Amino acid sequence: MVQYLTTRLDASFAALSDATRRGVLEQLARADASITELAEQFQMTLTGMKKHVGVLERAGLVTTKKIGRVRTCRLGPRRLAEEMAWLERYRRHWDERFDELDRVVEELTRKEKSDEREKRK
Amino acid sequence: MNARSESKPGSVKSRTTVERTSDREVVVTRTINGPARIVYEAFTRADLFERWWVPRSMGMTLLSCDLDARVGGKYRLVFDHSPEPVAFFGTYVEVKPYSRLAWTNEEGGEGGPVTTVTFEEKDGKTLVVLRESHPSKESLDAAGTGAADAMGEQFDQLEELLVALGESSGQ
Repeated sequence: MVQYLTTRLDASFAALSDATRRGVLEQLARADASITELAEQFQMTLTGMKKHVGVLERAGLVTTKKIGRVRTCRLGPRRLAEEMAWLERYRRHWDERFDELDRVVEELTRKEKSDEREKRK
Repeated sequence: MNARSESKPGSVKSRTTVERTSDREVVVTRTINGPARIVYEAFTRADLFERWWVPRSMGMTLLSCDLDARVGGKYRLVFDHSPEPVAFFGTYVEVKPYSRLAWTNEEGGEGGPVTTVTFEEKDGKTLVVLRESHPSKESLDAAGTGAADAMGEQFDQLEELLVALGESSGQ
């Protein structure tokens, strides 16, 4: 059981090492989507998106169902999937915030350096 | 559960990592390109703080920002929000210039989360480690992105979905 769980966790983390796959998960946390829709949204080929979805599916993070000619993807019914979607949303929020902080700090650092140069003149 | 979300190596855009270190705690890590002294100022001076704490993508406007970064000092952020403005406020509990800050988050009542930030300078850059400690797992699950939640139909929908998922997986 422990071995099984570890294997599943490894697969989950491997699945999540890719930014596109994390994005897909986040998207599916909002609404189900077909592979075609996901491919369009992430600007990649159908084949490329199929591969990503396959990795997520094997990790149990996503389930797919074919209705007619459309394969619909949804978040897997697993705690981990929810947790990962939560983390990614959280990370994105802080990433944007810290990007702004970086800008402010860089500007102040530059200004301080040029002030020092002025003083030395 | 010790789940992580981080950028892939070589990616320029996202250098922020998030790690849920326990049921009640989440840790955000990021290296900022500047000395600890300046990063600390950007956290504690209202005129600088308001320039970065609310990125445009949050879709919210900060109406006022007051920070009194002394032990026991208060902070208060007011956001434009319909039907009425929302305030986020609390008290600084630790203030060590250029190295450490901690504040309470009291908008949800007493016993809210505590945010601790440490600043560690190396080679002119500063490693910022921000830790949010919540009183319970439920509190952390609900927290998500703080101020951004106040705007959130989108997040409400997500919350509903997660509840539904939780129910279906519990069967």
